[in-house]
Amino acid sequence: MTDFSIIGKPIAMVDAAGKTTGAGKYTDDLSVPGMLVGRILHSPYPHARIRRIDSSRAEKLEGVVAIATGKDAPNTYGILPVGHDEHALAVDKVRYVGDNVACVAAVDEATADKALELMDVEYEVLPAYFDPEASMKADTDLIHDNKPRNLEKDYHHVFGDPEKGFAEADCVAEARFIANEVTHAAMEPHSTLASFEIDSQTGKPGRLIVWSSTQVPYYLQHKLSLVLEMPMAQIRVIKPLVGGGFGGKSEVIPLEIIAAVAARKARAPVKITYTREEVFWAHRGRPRTIVDLKTGVKRDGRITAVQARVVQDGGAYCSYGVVTILYSGALLGALYDIPNIQYDGYRVLTNKPACGAMRGHGTVNVRFAFESQLDELAAKINLDPAEIRQRNLLQPPCFTVNGLRVHSYGLPECIEKTVERSGWKERKGKLPRGRGLGIGCSHYVSGAANSIIRSDMPHSTVNIKIDRDGGVVVYTGASEIGQGSDTMTAQIAAETLGCSLGRIKIVAADTDLTPIDIGSYSSRVTFMAGNATLRAALEVKKQIAAAAAREMGCAAEAMVFCNDVVSRKNDAAEAPASTQAATRSEASVSGRVEGQLLRGSLQQKRKDKGPKDSMTFEEAVVAAIDFHGTLTGTGSYAPPPEARGGKYKGGGVGPSPAYSYSAQVAEVSVDEETGEVTVHKVWAAHDCGRALNPVSVEGQIIGSVWMGMGQALTEEMVWKDGMLMNPGLLEYRSPSSVESPEVEPIIVESIDPEGPFGAKECSEGSLAATIPAIANAIYDAVGVRLHEAPFTPERVLAALRAKKNSKPINLTEGVDPTSPAGFREHGGSLWFRGKGPERHPLDPARRPEPAQ
Amino acid sequence: MKKVLIDLRVNGRSYELAIEPSTLLLDALRLDLRLTGSKRGCDDSSCGACTVQVDGIPMLSCTMLAASCEGQEITTIEGVSEHGSLAAIQKAYGDWGGAQCGFCTPGFIMTVKHLLAVNPEPTEEEIRGALSGNLCRCTGYNQMYEAIRAAIVAEQKGIRPTSSLAQ
Repeated sequence: MTDFSIIGKPIAMVDAAGKTTGAGKYTDDLSVPGMLVGRILHSPYPHARIRRIDSSRAEKLEGVVAIATGKDAPNTYGILPVGHDEHALAVDKVRYVGDNVACVAAVDEATADKALELMDVEYEVLPAYFDPEASMKADTDLIHDNKPRNLEKDYHHVFGDPEKGFAEADCVAEARFIANEVTHAAMEPHSTLASFEIDSQTGKPGRLIVWSSTQVPYYLQHKLSLVLEMPMAQIRVIKPLVGGGFGGKSEVIPLEIIAAVAARKARAPVKITYTREEVFWAHRGRPRTIVDLKTGVKRDGRITAVQARVVQDGGAYCSYGVVTILYSGALLGALYDIPNIQYDGYRVLTNKPACGAMRGHGTVNVRFAFESQLDELAAKINLDPAEIRQRNLLQPPCFTVNGLRVHSYGLPECIEKTVERSGWKERKGKLPRGRGLGIGCSHYVSGAANSIIRSDMPHSTVNIKIDRDGGVVVYTGASEIGQGSDTMTAQIAAETLGCSLGRIKIVAADTDLTPIDIGSYSSRVTFMAGNATLRAALEVKKQIAAAAAREMGCAAEAMVFCNDVVSRKNDAAEAPASTQAATRSEASVSGRVEGQLLRGSLQQKRKDKGPKDSMTFEEAVVAAIDFHGTLTGTGSYAPPPEARGGKYKGGGVGPSPAYSYSAQVAEVSVDEETGEVTVHKVWAAHDCGRALNPVSVEGQIIGSVWMGMGQALTEEMVWKDGMLMNPGLLEYRSPSSVESPEVEPIIVESIDPEGPFGAKECSEGSLAATIPAIANAIYDAVGVRLHEAPFTPERVLAALRAKKNSKPINLTEGVDPTSPAGFREHGGSLWFRGKGPERHPLDPARRPEPAQ
Repeated sequence: MKKVLIDLRVNGRSYELAIEPSTLLLDALRLDLRLTGSKRGCDDSSCGACTVQVDGIPMLSCTMLAASCEGQEITTIEGVSEHGSLAAIQKAYGDWGGAQCGFCTPGFIMTVKHLLAVNPEPTEEEIRGALSGNLCRCTGYNQMYEAIRAAIVAEQKGIRPTSSLAQ
């Protein structure tokens, strides 16, 4: 069955050469004639009312073309229909340090920057909320007037009978886990270029073309249409190469709308590219999450009940928040068989940049808590941590207690393989003190079964056009963001049509050219766009087969497509390689420039010869076009109704047509003097259904594990009074090559019945298992449980000292407790482009302005 | 600011540029010469995406003045391909998954080229050390090491990547 010629083989991505030669164009590499540079004025206050914006001084500056403010685009938007709470530019209030206030479009960056300094904005500073639990008690100065207690959304779900479940348990663990905020920090800073075309009929600005670093071109088109009040058909969104997303570009980022608003006002194309610091302010990362978790198990290791209370510090806007808080609860299911679940989730607004979707959306922090607690319970009942996981497996095909449908389930094999490869049984608990092994499991959706915008539309559609030149053009809305979307599409098309990869041309993610695809998020592309590609390819294949069969005088079903040759079933097996090669060389002649004429004569020759046993791909295509008139196929994919989840409120988030599974073992060492944790190796088994391109699958697994390790050990957004203390790649401490462990990816193929060639997700599911695997390995190494991620030396040391009952080191000892509790402008931030220690007007240390 | 005329030698060609003395090398390359292969990933020399070679030494072009490079030989990613084909390291990065989103790749390749020029057979430790000035958020670096090892083997065997492309 595994007799494939293209899928399952490690191949270079179809766009790899563009990336390794520098020829590939990302948004910031583009320019159009007359293009202006846009720069955004950000709020210096976490919560303030805007009294007045005076741009007169800035406007007078030579080179400034336009200054846009909130009045130029007052409509609200947001990625979720229930969360339309953002303005492109602040209308009345700013809600976090870095909120967007105005945009200057000028001839160059230096002029635009200078103009920003000439902007006069008068603010009325309001009390701000930085801690989610304090924010939930607020009744005045709400962040959004229509959100009482600053609560974006709360959900309370009960499945089964948790009370009974806990009563049945022999052993119950209860603890609070905290995972601090992390961000995507994709290497490419967000960038958008917006340009209006002049309409030939009216002579006025007409259609808008936007090139943007986005994972979701169609959502961007939709939101632009809402804010600019233009019909969607008048907006064209093009996604050039995208330098990484991880969820940070999976919604409409303010600059994407601001660039269009500024271009409209300036009557010229405007490009805005964020500085690295602005990328940190744009954020939309994984929220700081407080998880109060309680789990009960029987003596044999069976889980009887789980109760979770989750509070997410969502930042100032809704973003994907409602979905995030639902994922956190829904994905407690579908990994293990848990009969009783109680979930209380709170998504809270605070005066910080909005959190959104990030790789492993919603599941990661809760999974860290759950897998750590499961480890603790295993120790309590004296069971091997790998064993306790094996005792709680699902029995698919099945529906979980919260209504998730599980088909293919490679978790048992994942656990088995990681345990085997890591030498778990021989080495666990037997390593020298300070060194340990830990295990963790996770899973993730292969695309959300319900799209953000409720409708019956297919989630992915793909068109294929084949012309007389024998070239296959695949039009897909799927967004390549570095994960290999275009390569996957080309592989599936080539495999299905039995043609070489070189024939396939991918036209992707251009709302004018490609059919709708809802975007690259929730790991949906391979499963959904892959299925759509498969269906489109099968449709054209059917047409080619019919025409070829007619030429060969046999049934269409008997046609075999392989190696650029279309042949009769029996002949394909018997035909010696030499004759196939001969036909191919003939074909390559017909494929050259003089093809049109030659092909005519080829057809003539064919007629003279009578029926053939095989045809080249080109001949078959020409026959099909002559017969059918055109050769196009279309395919689309929508998840089946039974996989769309339960009917309860919030039941729409979490269901997926298929889930990926991962099990990992991490080997770490802990320096008990310094508290420093080093990860030596991670064995990561991932069930991806089928590995269409093993090198890409392994790359995604390693990348996920690595990003998980970053969150586990070093990455953390450090806040002080609403001000980010580490808005730079070094300060954020993204691991470099010397801090990164060897990761051994192990591919497990469960062949999903509904996935394209059996394939499922492989880019996100592995991340969540890494954090608990490391936490559990630290416990194995030095016997302390860490309840707060990242496990920095400071936290590890504190835990070690607490265990020894020695006095914890208080790093903030001696800090003046009377220091202002409210907002203070930070002096040393790179932010404000080196404007330096500018202090808050209320700060007593502020020096009086020199007399002018 | 008043512009000055400078001569820049980039990828073996000379260019006369009228730029402000404060112009950064990265901006001169990207905006004036339209060589957009070198990327801006940060603004403070923390990520290495803008790495170019100046007289064979990898330098961060985002924190260097263009005018300071007069008379020096600058090589960017656009100057790495050989005879219109991929150099061994470029081919290997594609084949072994060393590049995912590709944004950091030009910087990495400039760094790796220097490493292999001074140390044709680096140990894993030496490779890790050499790459530590460049950041990548996609790959976790593992597949880059494989790509580098494959490129070394390809160079040693004298496999011209052109031969595989011609097939």
